[in-house]
Amino acid sequence: MILLEVKDLRTYFETDDGLVKAVDGISFQLQRGETLGIVGESGSGKSVTNLSILRLVPDPPGKIAGGEVIFNGQDILLLPSDAVRKIRGRRIAMIFQDPMTSLNPFMKISRQLMEMTQLHLGHTKAQAYEHAVKMLETVGIPDARTRADSYPHEFSGGMRQRVMIAMALSCEPELLIADEPTTALDVTIQAQILELIKKLKQETGTSVILITHDLGIVAGMTDHVIVMYAGKIFEQAKTKELFARPGNPYTKGLLRSVPDPTAEQGKLYQIPGLPPDVAHLKPGCPFAERCERAEEICRREFPPFVELTPDHHSLCHFANEVYGG
Amino acid sequence: MQPEPEIQTELGHDEFIKGTSLWRDAWRRLLKNKLAVFGLVVVILITLASITGPTIIKRTFGFTPDYIPTGDMKLVRSFPPFKGPDGEFSWTHPMGTDNAGRDQLARVLQGGQISLFVGVIATLVSLIIGVSYGAISGYVGGRVDNLMMRIVDVLYSLPYVILVIVLLSMFRSQTPRGQLILLFVALGSVSWLTMARIVRGQVLSLKNQEFVLAARATGVSAPRIIFRHLVPNTLGPVIVYATLTIPQIMLTEAFLSFLGLGVQAPLASWGSLAADGIQNIAIFPWQLIFPGVTMALTLFSLNFLGDGLRDALDPQMRTI
Repeated sequence: MILLEVKDLRTYFETDDGLVKAVDGISFQLQRGETLGIVGESGSGKSVTNLSILRLVPDPPGKIAGGEVIFNGQDILLLPSDAVRKIRGRRIAMIFQDPMTSLNPFMKISRQLMEMTQLHLGHTKAQAYEHAVKMLETVGIPDARTRADSYPHEFSGGMRQRVMIAMALSCEPELLIADEPTTALDVTIQAQILELIKKLKQETGTSVILITHDLGIVAGMTDHVIVMYAGKIFEQAKTKELFARPGNPYTKGLLRSVPDPTAEQGKLYQIPGLPPDVAHLKPGCPFAERCERAEEICRREFPPFVELTPDHHSLCHFANEVYGG
Repeated sequence: MQPEPEIQTELGHDEFIKGTSLWRDAWRRLLKNKLAVFGLVVVILITLASITGPTIIKRTFGFTPDYIPTGDMKLVRSFPPFKGPDGEFSWTHPMGTDNAGRDQLARVLQGGQISLFVGVIATLVSLIIGVSYGAISGYVGGRVDNLMMRIVDVLYSLPYVILVIVLLSMFRSQTPRGQLILLFVALGSVSWLTMARIVRGQVLSLKNQEFVLAARATGVSAPRIIFRHLVPNTLGPVIVYATLTIPQIMLTEAFLSFLGLGVQAPLASWGSLAADGIQNIAIFPWQLIFPGVTMALTLFSLNFLGDGLRDALDPQMRTI
């Protein structure tokens, strides 16, 4: 069953430098209970895509210029803002990148958790408090009852991210959007947080959209992957397939840049160049300048979105060749 | 799931729970600042004295601040400090008496009540209007923000002392009490402008922080974000500015009363007492000195306290 369907989503930012097409015609589907990974470099539009789903793009300068975000049969982009607010947190929850700044430093942890359920589930103060403590226990905060009344600065980064997860899951949302949930954490805590998300996902059956630039996380956590570049989907496939048989030179490059612990010798591969300035895109493929496979046509014409298999699409003039080997 | 070990090993369990809050830290830093502590003590003492003083004097000596002794009005009635009607030492009037024979100490204390009251009320008004106005303007942003701030700019550009004078003389009230209320309104209505700017600036920088986005993502409504998430975060600068507004407003009030526009007799403020005193400065200097010194002391103390609070609440701004 389809939980979320994004069709031709376009989010533009008006800047002094011109119109920035941060998200330019993104479409994907998410099944209930499934985990979708979105990978890409910084500035490729991963986060903006997900902010657009909840209509959280700062306006001005941002604007959702077109498309549909159909959640449970309703187009979120057409709903009145009151109705969207009832979806936020209740049915679609979000976890942010930096747990150090995403909790209000002036509010007790318990109060921030209570706000959620009081708002969405109509809990009384006492109920909300109990629920908050229960959620903190669920995400593995030791001694939750006494710690609940601490302020965020008394918690470590990993604990704060746990609090964020507790907050996001306290209304049992149908969809959890995790925007680089582990980027700001060190490696051991990363593993714990990912395990926690995995475990809670299994227990509650929530669908998850996981935004990251860590391919290792994608491999371990997701069912489907979207590779984004310059506001476009470059490749879309089942996770196993994408890793085994990428159909896009960009994805290939990304996979080659992952350090291989077994090969101790040699230099780590790096995609040459920098991501393009999205405000001034040239007519051809945005990746052409950096692409090893690029030919004349790539700089002249925008590539087609090629269907390699019903489940595997790639934005490239030579998708079939790349896919074939 | 493993509990994070570093917290439990490095800090004992109890210590972890206590922690040090921002406020406790600030309080400790404030106590280290001698000038600020001096200011705090003086402000507290003068406030207490002003509130309880007139009652105590009435209980001990039996006169009120506006009590005028009966007798021949042509005789000199202004006695120096600690002197009775016959020139002998007396505890009755530690600050002497004024032209009409009213006790100066009682008048200064009662004047303090009104001066402090004007300062506090006008500052409260500036807090309520200024903080809400600035927070809304900053959070909403865009065209609304532009419009709201241009209104503030326009009000700023009006010479506000003249504005207050015009306001006070246009609506000149018949009763002293009415005049006092008018004074509150006039001072309050111009005192919130800077506060609005300060809070707007704070909110502008805060609203791009992730916790605001997180709050929005959990479905919190805009008014709630403004008043429960953002305003508490601006509290530091707001408190500092409010403490510095009190002496500023008291000074304006004194200035207006000195010109005869503010507090009317029989009510007194430090400004109006000084105005009365200055007429006889050559013969009865104590009529000016006592209200003047008390006011100066209070204003100094409030400023010291405000500076101390600023240093305590914003350690980064501290200069060595």
